[in-house]
Amino acid sequence: MLKRKTTARPTRKVPPSVDTSGIDRRGFLRGAGLTIGGLAASGTPAGLVQAQDQSTPAPTGRTYHKTICQFCSVGCSMWAEVENGAWLGQEPSFESPINQGTHCAKGAAMREVSLGERRLKYPMKKEGGEWVRISWEQAISEISERLMSIRDEYGPDSAYWLGSAKFSNEQSYLFRKFAAYWGTNNVDHQARICHSTTVAGVANTLGYGAMTNTFNDIRKSKSIFIIGGNPAEAHPVSLLHLLNAKENGAKMIVVDPRFTRTAAHAHEYVRIRPGSDVALLMGLVREVLANGWEAKEYIDQRVYGLEEVRAEADKWTPEEVERVTDIPAEQLRNLARTLAENRPGTLIWCMGLTQHSIGSSMTRAATILQLVLGNMGVSGGGANIFRGHDNVQGATDLGVACDTLPAYYGLEQGAWKHWSRVWGESYDWLQSRFVDRELMERPGMPLSRYMDAITEDPEALDQPHPVKAMIFWGHAANSITRGADQRKALDTAELLCVIDPHPTQVAIMSEKTDGLYLLPAATTAEMHGSVTNSSRSVQWRDKVFEPLWESKTDYEITYLLARALGFEARMFRNIAVEGTEPVAEDILRELNKGTWTIGYTGQSPERLKLHMKHQEKFDSITLLGKEEPVKGEYYCLPWPAWGTPEQSHCGTPLLYDTSKPVSEGGLPFRARWGVEHEGANLLAEDSFTVGSEIRDGYPEGTVGMLDALGWASELTSREKLVIAAVGADRFSLRLLDMPEDEAQTAFRDLEREAERLARQGENPIRAFDALSGGSESGQIEEAWQAGGGNSSNSEDRAPVPERFPDYPENALTAIEAYLENNPGSDPEGELSLQDKIARVNWKTDLSGGIQRVMLAHGLAPYGNGKARMVAWNFPDAVPLHREPLYTTRRDLLPEYATYPDRRKWRVPMLFESIQEVNHADEFPLILTSGRLVEYEGGGDETRSNKWLAEFQQQMFAEINPADAEAAGIEDGQFVWIENPLGAIRVAALVTRRVGSGTVFLPFHFAGMWMGEDLTGNYPEGAAPYVSGEAANTIWNYGYDVVTQMQETKCSLCRIRPTGEMAIWPD
Amino acid sequence: MARLKFLCDTDRCIECNACATVCKNEHEVPWGMVRRRVVTIGDGEPGEKSVAISCMHCTDAPCVAVCPVSTLYQTDIGVVLHDKDTCIGCGYCYYACPFGAPQFPKSTLFGSRGTMDKCTYCAGGPEENGSEEEYRKYGSNRIAEGKLPICAEVCSTRALLAGDAEVVGEIFKERVISRGYGSGAWGWKTAYYPEERS
Repeated sequence: MLKRKTTARPTRKVPPSVDTSGIDRRGFLRGAGLTIGGLAASGTPAGLVQAQDQSTPAPTGRTYHKTICQFCSVGCSMWAEVENGAWLGQEPSFESPINQGTHCAKGAAMREVSLGERRLKYPMKKEGGEWVRISWEQAISEISERLMSIRDEYGPDSAYWLGSAKFSNEQSYLFRKFAAYWGTNNVDHQARICHSTTVAGVANTLGYGAMTNTFNDIRKSKSIFIIGGNPAEAHPVSLLHLLNAKENGAKMIVVDPRFTRTAAHAHEYVRIRPGSDVALLMGLVREVLANGWEAKEYIDQRVYGLEEVRAEADKWTPEEVERVTDIPAEQLRNLARTLAENRPGTLIWCMGLTQHSIGSSMTRAATILQLVLGNMGVSGGGANIFRGHDNVQGATDLGVACDTLPAYYGLEQGAWKHWSRVWGESYDWLQSRFVDRELMERPGMPLSRYMDAITEDPEALDQPHPVKAMIFWGHAANSITRGADQRKALDTAELLCVIDPHPTQVAIMSEKTDGLYLLPAATTAEMHGSVTNSSRSVQWRDKVFEPLWESKTDYEITYLLARALGFEARMFRNIAVEGTEPVAEDILRELNKGTWTIGYTGQSPERLKLHMKHQEKFDSITLLGKEEPVKGEYYCLPWPAWGTPEQSHCGTPLLYDTSKPVSEGGLPFRARWGVEHEGANLLAEDSFTVGSEIRDGYPEGTVGMLDALGWASELTSREKLVIAAVGADRFSLRLLDMPEDEAQTAFRDLEREAERLARQGENPIRAFDALSGGSESGQIEEAWQAGGGNSSNSEDRAPVPERFPDYPENALTAIEAYLENNPGSDPEGELSLQDKIARVNWKTDLSGGIQRVMLAHGLAPYGNGKARMVAWNFPDAVPLHREPLYTTRRDLLPEYATYPDRRKWRVPMLFESIQEVNHADEFPLILTSGRLVEYEGGGDETRSNKWLAEFQQQMFAEINPADAEAAGIEDGQFVWIENPLGAIRVAALVTRRVGSGTVFLPFHFAGMWMGEDLTGNYPEGAAPYVSGEAANTIWNYGYDVVTQMQETKCSLCRIRPTGEMAIWPD
Repeated sequence: MARLKFLCDTDRCIECNACATVCKNEHEVPWGMVRRRVVTIGDGEPGEKSVAISCMHCTDAPCVAVCPVSTLYQTDIGVVLHDKDTCIGCGYCYYACPFGAPQFPKSTLFGSRGTMDKCTYCAGGPEENGSEEEYRKYGSNRIAEGKLPICAEVCSTRALLAGDAEVVGEIFKERVISRGYGSGAWGWKTAYYPEERS
């Protein structure tokens, strides 16, 4: 009855390094609150339980591995007990400062992946419509042949590489590199449909698009404002910290169309009409400003654009907010007062805010509210954006995206050259892999539009041919909208390849009889690697057991494909490969060398492993290491951890917190948009981090700026050599390891040679020929000694001191140097070598010298700017409310109409032509979607986990009693949810959790298709335990104007009874 | 003498089901058998409360009282255990239990209940501690290893407490006092001058 796969299971032992003795009462309350201490504290002798005193000694051969939960982005640690290669037991990791031993249903059931009964076990292909087991050799060889023939016929952009937020950081980086070596930007992952609007919206407001504070820091909040998020189900362990804050007196407010499980714990629940969040947020901004509750000094010093925001917010009177959002005006007023009176307050959001056609405006509106309240950059405050998958933050950071290379470098030539240097690759060769330089620098197609990439009229696509090969590497189809269009696309593609521990919906929804391959990938527990949680801590995850069945790790599959496609020698030239498996630590070391923008440079594998080993030494609130060897460092070096690992930066737990020196985790807002905009100052005024030598705002760092400030001489010879080589475009990786004395000689030789060449009238860059083995002069030394006096730019502008009054002299020097090194447009003709070197900045300096010297002077490498409430590069510079494309409130059109149709990223984007069509008369209910605690994403993994599946066996729709009654529907009956795109058959859950007029669907199910059972299409033994209709089968068109985020929160439907009762489990 | 107890703090329980799934993970409890479950009262309505329920290891356990074959017994620290070898599958305990804790396999249609299974407080059964036999019949014995029930150890919000009743009671009391909003204490909202409380 109690089945067990493994045989012997003697008593387990407490994992190593966990001292179970002497847990005092305080520790007992703070940490576990119960466990071992519970018995100890009560003074119960161990023998009181029958025959308890004969505990068996631990057997030999048992090993303990600390791994990180594979599900959400909270990043819970757990101990895995392994014997003879089998994962026998899972024990809490009480010492983890994040989860402190706790789990939700998913983490608590993680060991099931090691049983893996419903996993994809072997490589398989469809042959004549039947699944056939094939060998890895055959699979790789056939797939690569088909890929090469597609490449030959249609070009590299006709293969789409859909990656995953389940990738480790190493695999994320490797995957992006792989796509680059293949020669396309058609690469993306779940972040596109998860938090892309957050990343774009918040990065364009604050500087970085990430969660600003930590889960633990929420304990210090005095108000917790959750909008469009249901952490009790999506991030349950975060509630450990939230409820602690609440019990300490924080006011908890939940805004959601549903009375969620999170709302059940809130002080105040606000029911909002889906899609109207900008109206609410701007209404709150107006209330705060109208009452004079804004943080005046803070805004003056650190925030740009208040007047534009005020002008827009003024329109959002409580009455207008009520008209648009259905939130009573009085509740809005109370809400604003609560937020103003309870500072610092944190603002938490998730998919409810991001997945809209105006998602990038909603995320900015939320950030603007926090700025107006002065809640950004303070402990207990912040924009705490809870990311979704376990490594969606890391995969985003490392560029598994169609619009950037790793670490947000973008796709411009400078970015390609930067990464070519890191890879030791020839830029020209890389370019030759692409159709041309234009396509190399043009964003690819986002995953939300992959079906259009396949089926769109070729003439309408901004690339040579549509996509012919679709590789789903850890991505579900049922988490993507427009199911019916997807199905057509999958049937159209020439090659479909699923690389995943599970077959996924792709395997069953396509009617292809050939050209469909399934490759079993190992799960996260079967490989080493680092994973970045939502609050930017980079945790190292140990491999727990060897890949099950015939599955292989992502690293190995990447290598095998690269080898079959002929570029493995180039791609892995600096990465050790054991057999056919690239070494995770080596991949991390390579990415450490290039990720300067976001400070992933300090997180070496050695430092991360040290933190994991000493988890118990970190403070459970601040995450600061209290004892050696991690003293003074923050847990798992939340990025940015500036400089090289040797520089030992402590990591940055709270972004934009000026109360600490930069070297101790402090930061100002990022000076990302230059120093001025339309004559207004974008630099901070009279605000700076503790210890800053420039006691005012300053721009981002360049060699020219260091030099102007007289600090260039602090660079070591090796740093200078690297910088000069980067500036001259003659960098070689060898320079990074050059001993200082050798570097000194080399630098002197270089200067002499360049001078000689210059005297002979030759190009001094050739001086680098000897150095790089592969090519300016008296100019080299001058670059360091140019002094700040090189007259400021000669545009017809007022001199810098007049434009930046009251700035100290060194700030003015820095600004002048910056302006000189960052002219508005590229100058005509070739720059002098001196100028090229002076323009090497904190992002491109591969030596880390600029960052090191700036930190030594208390400066943030990225400058000290203002947060920007007006994003002039966005279609709506100040967030505007626009109705969803499928709206029931046609009375609000045209006042709040959507955008005109447009094009973006190689595909057409429809807005007004969709909204123009009135569906609301026929489909009068609002349809919205969301999550369940037991499942995640497409649910292939969690629905295949028998311990989870049992608790959620039936796909359902939440329907308000009034709507159910009107439609003649009883609780528990099957109903048809119909909308303009089709109908799905689900069980009715009649509940007041949803308001009247709103229907809610969870989105994790698959297997049923508009009433048809497709589960017979799975390969034998690989069907999940639970199947059901996918909400996205009938989900409509709709994309965010900036990021192509899919709209999943606002659709329309009507409900129709079927007359049949559903079977609900007990 | 210590008595071991469970207590679920309903102000903290978020119905995440960690306790229920980790129980299955720890003891490999098969599909259909639920040693621990989370019950939600007023689902979707204001005032919604969830509470994790399993065998409550009652002080005066009715299941022990009614068992005709003395399958159920209580240890000296208050854990109610059962002996699979003597159980006759009569189901009296199921009728007697106020919490629906005793579980019976539903393998056949005709009443063959098989032997009873229920929460052991992670304390195994009458077999030798840590033995294969014990694991097969009752799941793991964490108490013998100096640990507490896994459901409480992993509870996401520390809602579910386990341990000596005195200590558990102290923790809960501290919480109620520090919260200061009274709920959780029986009768708070009704017993005393309810008309003066809104």
